[in-house]
Amino acid sequence: MPESFAPAIQEGARAMGWKAVTLQGWGRSSSADCLAARPERSGEMAAALAPPGNRTLIAHGGGRSYGDAALNTGGAVVLTGRLDRILSFDPSTGLLVSEPGVTFAELLAIFLPRGFIAPVSPGTGFVTLGGALANDVHGKNHHGLGSIGDHVAWFDLLLPDGRLLRVAEATDPDLFRATIGGIGLTGIITAICLRLAAVPSNALTVQRRRVANLDDFLQGFKDAAGTAYSVGWIDALAQGAALGRGVLETAEASPHDGTFPSRKAKRFPIDAPGWLLNGLSVRAFNALYWRRASIVGQQTTASYAQFLYPLDAIEGWNRMYGKQGFRQFQCVVPFETGERALRRLLETIASAGAASFLAVLKVMGAQGRGMLSFGMPGYSLALDIPSRPGSEAVFAALERITRDAGGRIYLAKDSVMSSDGFNAMYSEAGAFRALRERIDPQRRLASDMSRRLKL
Amino acid sequence: MSSETWLILGASSAVARAFAREAAAHGAALLLAGRDMPDLECQAADLTIRHQVAAVPLRFDAGDLASHAGFVARCLSQAGGGFLNVFLAFGVMPDQADADADPTVAASMVTANFTGAASILAALAPALEAQGGGRVVALGSVAGDRGRKRNFLYGATKAALRTYLQGYAARLAKAGVRVLCIKAGPVDTAMTWPLPGLPFMVSPSAFASTAWRRARRGSGSTYLPSIWWPVMSIIRLLPTSIFNRLDI
Repeated sequence: MPESFAPAIQEGARAMGWKAVTLQGWGRSSSADCLAARPERSGEMAAALAPPGNRTLIAHGGGRSYGDAALNTGGAVVLTGRLDRILSFDPSTGLLVSEPGVTFAELLAIFLPRGFIAPVSPGTGFVTLGGALANDVHGKNHHGLGSIGDHVAWFDLLLPDGRLLRVAEATDPDLFRATIGGIGLTGIITAICLRLAAVPSNALTVQRRRVANLDDFLQGFKDAAGTAYSVGWIDALAQGAALGRGVLETAEASPHDGTFPSRKAKRFPIDAPGWLLNGLSVRAFNALYWRRASIVGQQTTASYAQFLYPLDAIEGWNRMYGKQGFRQFQCVVPFETGERALRRLLETIASAGAASFLAVLKVMGAQGRGMLSFGMPGYSLALDIPSRPGSEAVFAALERITRDAGGRIYLAKDSVMSSDGFNAMYSEAGAFRALRERIDPQRRLASDMSRRLKL
Repeated sequence: MSSETWLILGASSAVARAFAREAAAHGAALLLAGRDMPDLECQAADLTIRHQVAAVPLRFDAGDLASHAGFVARCLSQAGGGFLNVFLAFGVMPDQADADADPTVAASMVTANFTGAASILAALAPALEAQGGGRVVALGSVAGDRGRKRNFLYGATKAALRTYLQGYAARLAKAGVRVLCIKAGPVDTAMTWPLPGLPFMVSPSAFASTAWRRARRGSGSTYLPSIWWPVMSIIRLLPTSIFNRLDI
């Protein structure tokens, strides 16, 4: 975490355990100067609710939101990573109670040897459980198991007024639904009860095959509807007849244990220079990736860590996009309008030459439980777009296409969506604002995202 | 039953927590001693679930000297098997200016960092001698090597602890108990969080894994991280006329 010390606020902040820091979203194109506290015991959390100088506050977990969801320029953040204790686990039910700072990688390391995993896992193991709940994250099995909020029995929430509530759907449905996917704006999550899933082994059987174009992809997803995990890697630079070509990966829990060498993450050594990622180099990489996959399909055995968190093998991979960083775009579009929308999205990206490595295509299942949950039935497309002059226009075009198709943009990734666009995409935005008005009339909780989207 | 038990004194601190995790990962049973019982309960649950070892929270107040004998008796009755080992991690670091201005702040720091440590170590000594083995690891500080303007009272308490540990080690050596004083540099914890610009900062987990390795091996004193050995060697040797002009 980069830190800068602004002497003016440093002086007063010292006794309170606050200090001036500069935080970045994972995409490194959003950053914020703010005060930060980092409590080490959940008992200290209440004190963190009152940052100096009446600043607003937002919780900040693993720092893996790509945009500005967990940033608070000129305000304060409370870092939850040190609250990382597992409080109880019942193997007969799979129910786990944990503090918010426990990460998915830790859960996997602790519970996979006992035959349990988080039922739903995002694409990196560095996400904390608190952050996962606040963004209602999903993974490669959304079509079957939904997002993380679907597996949460209850959570403890420290409200802006200092009350600590145990929130379950039965007892307080509004607060429960507002907090799942509520990007930290309803309170600070201090404990989570999550139902882990039993698995037969430590391994997955993975099928990979080359896919010629978008039609082939959508058919492939239909055929894989009964498979536990499915994900498509699209060469977002391919155009014309090859539009939407890529690699389809599906996986099922393997009945047999595998032996896997322990993965030691390599660190991305430098901020890559801007010229490295150009149309040519990315085009070459994407083409190579596509050609390496077998046409007829190839079956391998993979560890959960390899399959769920492929990029975690390179620590700090976000530096690949250089100092200016990148923004990630992820949307979901309903099945009915989806095929046409995907075509328009891919055409827009390809014709803008917005050099991006592989885009991720997924089929999503049910609507999430949260008011602002991202998940809904349809196709989800995610890709990185390096920050360059002109990329704003690309994002505006992508937002328009998504909105017109009746889809929505994922808040965990977003840093540029318009407030109008948000209101059109999230039908429960009004209910969410009404709940905030009730529990936080003074808007003590706020983030760069909440101001941008007028939440 | 575990092959050894570690008593963690001041178990709620981030360094102590990391050390307890390290010990539990190596199969040790834990006695978690401190004042914040709800926090210690969380920690005991975490260690038990993560590493499937016994972990027992125990109420302990370093400043309540009269309670130390009773505390040792409770420790011995709760110990989870094998030798009892001790990791002494408690301590406070208020501002030097606050300690200068308010003698009660100064006195409570001396009590917490030194008097309390000496008292509990003295109370534990007979039990350690009786078992004829085990280890004592205590958190000293590079601040104890030379009194600096910034925090010489804190440094003085850690220097006193270091001197105490030298004699304590000599006494327990006969019984086969090894004593290690870790001269710690800044660790990235709540204690150092608000302080700007601390050099060679290490994470609690990196600190703990090295501390664990050195605890298995050594006795005497050790700098952690090791870079502090050359740095403090130079700082100790600086002539007073130069040292006094430095703003450190």
